Amino acid sequence: MDPDVSLAVPAQRRELREHPAAVLCAISLGGVCGALARYGVGVLIPHEPGQWAWATWLVNLSGCLLIGVLMALIGRLWPRQQLIRPFAGVGVLGGYTTFSTATVDVVHQLNAHQPALAMLYMVTTVLGALLAVSAGFAVTTAALSRREKVAW
Amino acid sequence: MTVLLVAVGAAVGAPARYLLDRAVQSRHDSVFPWGTCVVNVLGCFLLGVLTGLPSALFALLGTGFCGALTTYSTFSYETLRLLQLRAWLMAGLNVVVSLVAGLGAAYLGMALVS
Repeated sequence: MDPDVSLAVPAQRRELREHPAAVLCAISLGGVCGALARYGVGVLIPHEPGQWAWATWLVNLSGCLLIGVLMALIGRLWPRQQLIRPFAGVGVLGGYTTFSTATVDVVHQLNAHQPALAMLYMVTTVLGALLAVSAGFAVTTAALSRREKVAW
Repeated sequence: MTVLLVAVGAAVGAPARYLLDRAVQSRHDSVFPWGTCVVNVLGCFLLGVLTGLPSALFALLGTGFCGALTTYSTFSYETLRLLQLRAWLMAGLNVVVSLVAGLGAAYLGMALVS
């Protein structure tokens, strides 16, 4: 199961054929919400090309934390909800986080003769993203398991 | 006004990612997330080409469209899934291929317009 589309999962393979307008509208609407949130963070924490882009860095790490939480919630609580993943996962968090801006940030930093900064930015983004998604998934899964035990 | 341009770009960029990802994923059988990788690298190239555009156009096509077309959250979650499946090589390759190809694509895009 992946947050955009995993064609190995029958429900995700069928979703576009069964509800094309609803799925694409949910993704589009979610994408707008996510992108506007990212734009807002960029306005709040501006940076010049070649500098450390705190806005992009924070957006990507927080978005990765949230996708870990979301995918754990979907898997355990709402496996049959058809529009949550397209809206919140593909749309909101996909639109909020950005691979292209993070990469172009690195090129700008390299062009500004800041190779150490560029390397640190790229490595902390990717390792931070992996740590964040793992932590979000693990903490949410553990919390849900504890809740289920209490309920029993 | 800028907010509206970002919104319009993202309204197209996010579903474009989903459709492209599906189109790529339907053409191979491996567990490697080629769909996201291709979309992200393509988005890096496009954003490279777009650097230097006037700010209104960049808000629409760069911040809005390319920003929503590419995704770090899906990339990181798919890498986590590969790690959970103990597909260490695939997980490592996904990170290295995405980062290196993305950087190369962004460089190429910028070089084409400079």
